[in-house]
This record gives sequence, C-alpha cells and structure tokens, in this order.
Amino acid sequence: MSQEAVPVRRAGWRFAGLVVLGGVLALTVVASVALGAQSIPFERAVAGVFAPDGSQSALIVQELRLPRTLLGLAVGVALGLAGALMQALTRNPLAEPGLLGVNGGAAVAVVSVIALLRVDDVLVYVWAAFAGAAVAAVAVYLIGSRGRAVASPGRLVLAGAAVNAVAVALTNGIMLLSPRSFGGFRFWQVGSLAGRDLGTLLRVLPFLGAGVLIALLLARPLNALALGEDAGRSLGARPERTRALGAVAVVLLCGAATAAAGPIAFVGLAVPFVVRALVGPDQRWVLPYSALLAPVLLLAADIAGRLVVPPGELETGIVTAFLGAPIFALMVRRGRVPKL
Amino acid sequence: MSRVLRAGGLSLRWEPRAAAICLVLAGAALAAAVVVVGTGDVPITVGEVLQALTGQGHPGTEFIVTTLRLPRAVTGALAGLALGMSGAIFQSMSRNPLGSPDLIGFSTGSATGALVQILVLGGGAAAVAAGSVAGAVLTALAVYAVAYRRGHGVHGMRLVLVGVAAAAMLEALNAYLITRAELREAYEAAFWLTGSLNNRGWDHARPLALAVLVLVPLALASGRALRMGELGDDAAQALGVPVQRSRAVLVVAGVGLCAAATAAAGPVPFVALAAPQLARRLTRRTGPQLLPAAAMGAALLVCADLVSLKLPVPVPVGVVTGVLGGVYLAWLLAAEARRGRA
Repeated sequence: MSQEAVPVRRAGWRFAGLVVLGGVLALTVVASVALGAQSIPFERAVAGVFAPDGSQSALIVQELRLPRTLLGLAVGVALGLAGALMQALTRNPLAEPGLLGVNGGAAVAVVSVIALLRVDDVLVYVWAAFAGAAVAAVAVYLIGSRGRAVASPGRLVLAGAAVNAVAVALTNGIMLLSPRSFGGFRFWQVGSLAGRDLGTLLRVLPFLGAGVLIALLLARPLNALALGEDAGRSLGARPERTRALGAVAVVLLCGAATAAAGPIAFVGLAVPFVVRALVGPDQRWVLPYSALLAPVLLLAADIAGRLVVPPGELETGIVTAFLGAPIFALMVRRGRVPKL
Repeated sequence: MSRVLRAGGLSLRWEPRAAAICLVLAGAALAAAVVVVGTGDVPITVGEVLQALTGQGHPGTEFIVTTLRLPRAVTGALAGLALGMSGAIFQSMSRNPLGSPDLIGFSTGSATGALVQILVLGGGAAAVAAGSVAGAVLTALAVYAVAYRRGHGVHGMRLVLVGVAAAAMLEALNAYLITRAELREAYEAAFWLTGSLNNRGWDHARPLALAVLVLVPLALASGRALRMGELGDDAAQALGVPVQRSRAVLVVAGVGLCAAATAAAGPVPFVALAAPQLARRLTRRTGPQLLPAAAMGAALLVCADLVSLKLPVPVPVGVVTGVLGGVYLAWLLAAEARRGRA
C-alpha cells in the first residue's frame, strides 16, 4: 500500500521547504544588516560583519545593524514559537502572546521595576517580565476557560483584552508617575529592535534557549493532545504535564522577548496561521516552521519600518500591528474562527 | 413593573424602579461631585462648597470652586453620562455586552483623531473636538464595514473581534504619534490618552454639555426602536419601527456621545462597557436602559475621579477605571461562562 510512501514523500517535501525557509531567513538577515537609512552594499555589509576594517560602514554594521538583526532573530524565534505553542495548547487559532495580554503583563512588570525600584539591569527586567507574563497568562486562561472544558476562542481573546486593558492602564499610570523616565518608556512601550546592544541579547539568550528547547521537545506530546483529552491519554500522553511544560515555555519565550524588545503583537498570531496552511497541523513541522518564519516576518517588518519614513524609522511593534491587525480581522470575517 | 400615565389621548409608560434607580445614581454622582470639588491643595468643606455654588461663599473660595474645580466635576459627570448612554446604545445594537465603544476601537479612534490635532496639526480645543469626532466616525465605519456580512448583519462576536483588531491597530498608531512628539507634548498627550480630568476648564465642559443636550434627547427618542430592534429586524419592522432610519439616528447619537466624551476627558476606559451592564442588573429589566445607564456612567466616572484624587499618588482617572473595569470585565466573562452563554 502507498500509505507508507505518502508520509515519507510528504516529509521529504516538508524538509525541503524547511531548508528553503532557512535560506530565506539567511537572506533576510543579510538584508537587515545591509538596508536602512544608510544602505550598505552587500559585499561591504558582509565584510563589516566578518572583517571589520574600521570604515564608517563597518562601524554602522558592528554597532547598530548587527546587534539589532541578532535581536530580531532571537525575538522572532521566541514570538513565533510562543504563538504556535499557545495556539496548540489552547486549541485556539486566535491565541497570541500580544492579544492574550501576556506581553502586556510582562511590560507592566518591567516598567514597574524600572520606575519604582530604579534598577537598570536587563537581568532584573527579565525576571520581572517572567513574573508579569506568568501572572497574565494564568489570569487569561482562568478567566477564558471557566465553566467549560476548553476555553472558547473568542472568549479567550476577550479575556486577553481585559487583562491587556488593565496592563495598559497600569503601565500608563506608572509611566506618568515618573516624568523623567517617561522619555525612555514611550519608545520601549511600542516594541522596537532599535537601540539595544549585544549585552541585552546575551543576557536573555539562556532563557530563550531553554524556552526554544522545551517548545521543540513538546511537538509530539502536543500532537497527542490535539486528539483530545481522552484519546491522547489512551495513547500514553500526559496532558497535565504537557500543558504545564508548555506554559513554562510560553512564559520563558514571551518574558525574554518582551524584556529585550518591548511588547510586540501579532507576530505570534500570523505566523502559525500561515504555517498551518502550508504544512498542516503536525506540530513536529509547525513548530520548526514557525521558528524560522517568524524571524523572517519580524526582520522584514523591522526593515520596512526603517525604509518607509526616511530618515526616521517606524518602530517594529507598530509595523507588526499594522500588518497583523488586518490579517486578524480578515480571519474573523471569513469565519476562520471555529464556533464562538 | 411598568406603569402607564394617561392624560387625554397621550399615554406615557414609566417604570418606578428604573426611575428611582436613576434618581439614586444621579444623587450619588452629585454627592461625589461635591466632594471632588472640595478636594485639592486647598481642602474645602462640603458646606463651603454648597455656599460657594449658591453664590454666598467667600470670594476666594468661590473662585476656586466655580473657576478651577467645578469644570472638572462637570466634565467628569457629563463624560460619564455620555459614555454610559453610548455604551448602552451599541451594546443593544450589537446584542452583545462586549460591543461597547471602548472595547471595539471607537474610543481609540476618537483619541487618534484628537492626537493628530494635538500633536501634528496643533489645533485648538474646537479642532481637537472635531478631530475626535472624525476619528470615531471613521473607525465606526471601518469596523462595521469589515464586520458586515450579507445576510448575517453585524451582530455578535464578529463585530467585537474586528473591533478588538481595530483597537490594537489604532493603539499602535497612537503610540507612534506619542513617540514622534516633543517630550513635554508627548507627556501631556500620554496623560490625556490615559483618560484624565486634570486641568479641565469650562472650554472642555461647554462643548460636551452642548453635545449631551443635543444627542441625549435624540437617542431617547429612538429608544423604542432600540428596544424593538433587539427582537430582530423583521419583528421590529413588523411592529412598525423604521429599522434602517432609526438605526442610523442611533449610530450618529452613539458615536457622537462617545466622541464628545473622549474629546473632553480622553479615552477613559471601561465606563461605556460597565455602566449599561450594571444598570441592567440594578433595574432588573431586559432591553436597553438608556437613562439608567447614563446615570450609572456619570456616577461611576465621578466616583472613579474621587478615588484617583484620594490616592496617595496622583494618577489619571483612566488608571482607576482601567483597573476596576478590567476586573469587572473578567468577572462578567466568568459569569457568562457559568450561565453557558458566551
């Protein structure tokens, strides 16, 4: 029977797709290093990365573009995986760390730490962001899933809107309490890759790495979970453990991403949506594809933000909102959302 | 229970319980407003406030009360009233408690229009009000256009979710505008964007009062159509309600009230969502409760303002309503889930 052959052939096709996507990501990275208010020719950009000669273009690459690009890469991977994980865990195509208030919760915590405790250390921000993200995630899930076995997609988004509104009100209140730090907050609050140094990235990298590892290891258990609680259990899955580990991974990924770049919405929504349309529901493919496609989108949004209003820039978070919100609205309009 | 007054050929239906609740809420709003007027760097007792209001107080006190603090209380009460009624209109039309203008982007759009005036064009109070109205109208048009599907209308969850997307997009736009302004201006705009009643003068209160005077009677006149509309378009038509025309009037009144309140007080979150729901629970009536919702909105906003004034650190009123309202919305969702409705 051809039942054996089909998955093998499909797997080969999907693997080829993954390689192509990796190539696209590499090109996007190069473009992100080369393009901007002052665009740098391709060879000089590459030379600036690997053999800096002290020229102006090499300086731009080393000091500005490279840290920014690496940060975009890391944050993109984190947001894409977090979105895919949340959608799989809640079995809800509208789940997303920005919409569900997880990034908002992390943002409140970071702003509070900066304004009230007056610390200036990325590592402290990261821990604060974890705490905020965890509280928000738990709150949204409890509110959205109360009363029924599975949280309904629309209600979860609305619970997220509620938590987000509280988070925004608190963030604003804290920001306004200290006019001196307001100048920095207003940029951070938008979500941006600009102006971060490599130190920021290195500090959050261990947490991101742990989150990515857990997420990728969860692919099989998530597939079992997708069959439903009982069927999954009879196949040897342990739903509680999968959910708990998944939640830990989401908090690690969102907390680290938000601490490094500020709250960025809609990347985690759009990417898994596109990926599932490409490769189907198998999490062993959805997760790696999301991890590669999300940084492509985030870096593309960042590059677009650099180019649309020269010599100024649009923050990445603003570009993703403007790209992502219409996609979300169209999903809702087309009735992509299962029965609400 | 509803009673009917008849005088000759005219008859008027009224509900003693709803009327009593309106009176109690209005009284609460007034009492809180008097305390708000008495609160500040120079504390003024309730008796002195009342004397100053009737023109029998000390001239200095009278200046503080009527020129400095009264506009704040009046703006708060009128904005709350407008938001409450606007919320009741849209929640009834979308037949969904979450279809309120603050959750589905109308307030955010209104704020965008005002911010463009404040930060980009540098217009005065009238221009800000106009921008605010334009922003709300454009947002409402866009949300309804995207959420509309032939044969399904714009009811229910789809409208709310499209509105949430619009709100997210406009919030990003607002944040962008704030990052582009001078630091001082940006700080003031951020304060305004949180929803604030600080430094409100009569030039804020007057246009709002005018909008309330025009739009509230307009909305009340269509109240019957709103009630019938909840039965469905066909049933309402059969009962003699000109559905399309009265709906257009109601949208104009609702968007106008929301925009006027936002122009005066900024996009204060959650009052438009919570006031109609609370009013409905208090009056124990089904159907839209325009006047109780308006009274509840006024009471909520003035009380929240009072809380924000009494806090040890000065925060804008929007922080108070945001936190309280978010908790309330969470409770509302949980309660709906228990009844298995959502």
